[in-house]
Amino acid sequence: MKIDPIKNGIVIDHIEAGKGMEVYNILNLSELDCMIALIKNVPSKKTGKKDIIKIDASVALDLDVLGYIAPEATVNFIENGALVKKSKVALPETVKNVIKCKNPRCITSVEQGIDQVFKLVDKENRVYRCIYCESKAKD
Amino acid sequence: MRNLLSITDFSVEEVNEVLETAADIIVHPEAYSEKCKNKILATLFFEPSTRTRLSFESAMLSLGGKTLGFSDANSSSSSKGESVADTIRVVSCYSDIIAMRHPKEGAPLVASFVSDVPIINAGDGGHNHPTQTLTDLLTIKTEMGRLDNLTVGFCGDLKFGRTVHSLIQALSRMKGIKIVLISPDELKIPDYVKSDVMDKNGMDYVETRSLEEAMPSLDVLYMTRVQQERFFNEDDYLRLRDSYILTLDKLSTAKKEMCVLHPLPRVNEIAVDVDSDPRACYFKQVRNGRYVRMALIMKLLGIK
Ligand SMILES: [Zn+2]
Repeated sequence: MKIDPIKNGIVIDHIEAGKGMEVYNILNLSELDCMIALIKNVPSKKTGKKDIIKIDASVALDLDVLGYIAPEATVNFIENGALVKKSKVALPETVKNVIKCKNPRCITSVEQGIDQVFKLVDKENRVYRCIYCESKAKD
Repeated sequence: MRNLLSITDFSVEEVNEVLETAADIIVHPEAYSEKCKNKILATLFFEPSTRTRLSFESAMLSLGGKTLGFSDANSSSSSKGESVADTIRVVSCYSDIIAMRHPKEGAPLVASFVSDVPIINAGDGGHNHPTQTLTDLLTIKTEMGRLDNLTVGFCGDLKFGRTVHSLIQALSRMKGIKIVLISPDELKIPDYVKSDVMDKNGMDYVETRSLEEAMPSLDVLYMTRVQQERFFNEDDYLRLRDSYILTLDKLSTAKKEMCVLHPLPRVNEIAVDVDSDPRACYFKQVRNGRYVRMALIMKLLGIK
């Protein structure tokens, strides 16, 4: 299967196989009107299989959100057909409005208009806690 | 601007500063009687707690300040569906400092985001209750003369007891603290308190089912209530209840210099005849609650 290389845009590479759709949704890519390719189960030397997303436009992506969902991904920025920047995403210190707190005793369950914010408390084990009630974020 | 939402919002030095001021207030209350003249404390109790509210109001009045507020959600605009944030925006225009209790966890944090004045968490659900912890620390310090090198026993409901978790957290920052966790299997301390607080800080702790066994080693005994609704059946409750009631007989093997604490209200977990024992400190603890809140209000208002 062949997807044309992009001229100006972004390639999100090395997404864990099977997570591509989740990344697509969480980054709201359906709202873009440029060409987008989501390729699943691409053979990879490192991990056996991976997912790739190609976006045919230079858009601003929320890399923190990407880092939370797919910390193993890399982001390649392409300009005039050439790779100009390659970033490795990392686990973000905080994630805003991506995860919802499931604790029914948490203030976020009743208060209108507040952000759902989770903070990284344990990098090694990828533990995020709600900043309001300190409940763990569940996968 | 500073707030006190969780005991860990204060450094060890700041906690000590508050305790030292409180200790000085105990000795020279008259020197503090006008410290907060012309200042207003708002006590916003979205959930009733007469004890805690009176303690805050007494503290502010003792500093020469004034108080206003509401004592339950029905008399506040939140019953009409107003958000915490809006209530605080309004009240922070009428007051210099706010003490709030709310049934939802994290409500004081929401308040702190929009408030122009300091926020004190007077209890947010089962989450934090830092002024109780300051009260506990002041009581241990005044009774034992120190906050380090102590063996502290916690007895009863260690699973749901937020005052227990929060005091352990505060003690985890002191040196030479040994923790003895005394509870039935059903009410053992949650794993996250072990991993995130005690293990993380290298605390020395043991778990036991027997209060009698632990008693001789303790410098401080922190009693909590074992509530019937925590048990699946009445038989278990009745079988276990008596093991975690403190009596003069059980206290007979304790050190002479030790103190018994309880966050109150007590139901039956401490026999009434223990009250007259010099080691019973739970009523002194109530008095300390007022002094420590006085010191805290001054600190957050930046008054020396
Ligand atoms: Zn929460």
